[in-house]
Amino acid sequence: MAKPAARRGTSSSKTNRKSKAATSDSSDENFELRSLQDEYSEKKRFDASDDELLELYERMLLIRRFEERAGQLYGLGLIGGFCHLYIGQEAVAVGIQSALEGGKDSVITGYRDHGHMLAYGIDPKIIMAELTGRQAGISHGKGGSMHMFSTEHAFYGGHGIVGAQVPLGAGLAFAHKYREDGGICVAYFGDGAANQGQVYETFNMASLWNLPIVFVIENNQYAMGTSVKRSSAETHFYRRGTAFRIPGMDVNGMDVLEVRQATEIAIKHVRDGGGPVLMELNTYRYRGHSMSDPAKYRTREEVQDVREKRDPIEHAKALLIERGISEDKLKDIDKDIRAKVSEAADFAESSPEPEASELYTDVLVGNY
Amino acid sequence: MAIELKMPALSPTMEEGTLSKWLVKEGDEVQAGDILAEIETDKATMEFESIDEGQVGKILVPEGTENVKVGTVIAVIGGDGEDVSSSGGEAEAKPESAQMEKSESPEPAKTVEPPKAEARASDPDIPEGTNMVPVTVREALRDAMAEEMRRDERVFVMGEEVAEYQGAYKVTQGLLEEFGPRRVIDTPITEYGFAGIGTGAAMGGLRPVVEFMTFNFAMQAMDHLINSAAKTNYMSGGQMRCPVVFRGPNGAASRVAAQHSQNYASWFSHVPGLIVIAPYDSSDAKGLLKAAIRCEDPVIFLENELVYGRSFELAQLDDHVLPIGKARIVREGSDVTIVSYSIGVGFALEAAEALAEEGIEAEVIDLRTLRPLDKETVLESLAKTNRLVIAEEGWPQCSIASEIQGICMEDGFDYLDAPVLRVCNEDVPLPYAANLEKLALIDSPRIVEAAKKVCYR
Repeated sequence: MAKPAARRGTSSSKTNRKSKAATSDSSDENFELRSLQDEYSEKKRFDASDDELLELYERMLLIRRFEERAGQLYGLGLIGGFCHLYIGQEAVAVGIQSALEGGKDSVITGYRDHGHMLAYGIDPKIIMAELTGRQAGISHGKGGSMHMFSTEHAFYGGHGIVGAQVPLGAGLAFAHKYREDGGICVAYFGDGAANQGQVYETFNMASLWNLPIVFVIENNQYAMGTSVKRSSAETHFYRRGTAFRIPGMDVNGMDVLEVRQATEIAIKHVRDGGGPVLMELNTYRYRGHSMSDPAKYRTREEVQDVREKRDPIEHAKALLIERGISEDKLKDIDKDIRAKVSEAADFAESSPEPEASELYTDVLVGNY
Repeated sequence: MAIELKMPALSPTMEEGTLSKWLVKEGDEVQAGDILAEIETDKATMEFESIDEGQVGKILVPEGTENVKVGTVIAVIGGDGEDVSSSGGEAEAKPESAQMEKSESPEPAKTVEPPKAEARASDPDIPEGTNMVPVTVREALRDAMAEEMRRDERVFVMGEEVAEYQGAYKVTQGLLEEFGPRRVIDTPITEYGFAGIGTGAAMGGLRPVVEFMTFNFAMQAMDHLINSAAKTNYMSGGQMRCPVVFRGPNGAASRVAAQHSQNYASWFSHVPGLIVIAPYDSSDAKGLLKAAIRCEDPVIFLENELVYGRSFELAQLDDHVLPIGKARIVREGSDVTIVSYSIGVGFALEAAEALAEEGIEAEVIDLRTLRPLDKETVLESLAKTNRLVIAEEGWPQCSIASEIQGICMEDGFDYLDAPVLRVCNEDVPLPYAANLEKLALIDSPRIVEAAKKVCYR
């Protein structure tokens, strides 16, 4: 049977035929959706050097402290509108980002984006200044918490509509493949977005066209106030690519080294031309959905339990101490990060608001 | 260093709240993340967490206090090992509301004028002796895409049946053969998904031309057109461009009834950040589609199925590109102006012929681009004729016609010798029955009637 033109059309010469056949040929009885999961199960932790682990720890701690401060500035009325904090989920963005190739790979996410931006090394000052709506903010104060971008870092947002980033991410992956630049795209979305129809339209095309994309579901257990159990017929999100012949991976998103290891496996598969991978990162947000969410849909004990037993930062800290890193060194790191965050907050508070003329800039690129 | 805890704003609209319960007492040691108090807003009871560690000093606002303004100091926390239990009294409980800060902010933007467009572009002159050849709109559109694909490797075409089938309306005929399946891509029937992929590819640096089999199906993709494509450049402070073209037939076709017959021009032209183009003849179809593909902004390019097969003279030029945002006077006249676009231009020209027989010289303007709208050309013509009618194959309410009326009222009031009239489709979903369909759609006799009315004839 002849294959449709579109599939032929977008398969580059670099496509690894063997792995392509393993993921997309529906007549292949040996199709193994759990092949990546099996590989991951054999060895779950990434072998990080002390320096590597320290760096991951620092990145996570920076996100934690930054977000705490953002919450404080929100309370003071310096940040307005919606503000979704990343506290508790730090290991996901940090672990995945550490496996990407800077300058080559692209990333896109939803509105809970401050943590991601920090993970990619974007200056905390211009992120915080965007949160306070100042000219120095990364979007000149016109995007706010949910709409931030850094094309310089191949960070494509920062999207406020739940699930929209998934086909947009596939578009970025399409561009990588079209240009044959060797890059891949990581598209993050939540357990809530995972129920949007466009996600499955995208899965279909991404698999059909063998796009270089890793779909990452950050399952933080609640879509605003609705728990996964109350919203999802299939709560194991990593299985949701099955109908599209996309292999899934079930990953502990509270351990940065496990995240890193799983990502290495996923990325290798994608870069080798194997087509898309779907990773489910099980994680937890400690704060409400946004700043105005009282989080009455779960008990205080539930949150406390995760904080005490599964906190990704405490976990990494314990590993570092086990490896003989001194408590003093860790204290110094914490101090440096607090200073950095304070500096960002001061900058964000003292920077001027955008000029009124900024109202009309960047609506269109051209003059007509 | 003592830290003042202030009454937090717990929602975008909160101005005050009730401090319903303290969960710590003076002298308690707290860690970051500990819950300090419960605060009741007009919407919910929220927990107030500590972000610092230290000892709780003075509690300044007792539990049960109502109407505590946002920004009021409610307690004091000491830093590491610092005793502040007695020093807190100095911090007075006075509101430092966000309102006050707002009043100090710079002047509101009221006084700011939107920037004026620079020198207005006009259609390039066609050199003398240029070969003019009759070409169908369908071929003109196809040639525009083919030429741009030859010129720029980043340009590709995607959509339902655009490749192997050669286009549902044959607009992409032959493209697959010339450019191959890498650049001419058949999609599944999945508008929301492929509109998103096209938009993302544009964000990633490519130049997608996304075909909707008809714009009726673009409604399934509306979110990406409006929320993803149109707003990104603004929201990113000019960092992230989205040079995508969404094109396809728009407006009533023939006997396909309500769900397949609608003009979306005013929907799209409502949205800042989009360019909206709706050409009528072959020359504009080709010149403006080429301009749209080169444009750095997202473009909605509205074609018309009933016009695809019509032939018009087209100058045989190496690179026929026309300016976006510029209307065209397709027939000069001095007695009344008829403004139209897309298929309506054909009706307007017919009406102008009929009016000429009765001694009324109508000027016909083809808007061509609906956003940004070329007000100047409309107002200049109005200044000359003092009477204006708009012919639009679409519903009247909140239409392009209403917009033109608004412009004439605001900026052309002194020129007017008669009310500006709209000639639009009937305000009903388009019916199937041949006679009812005919009744619902605009035609030239209705335009003639309106033109005579504003001429008091």
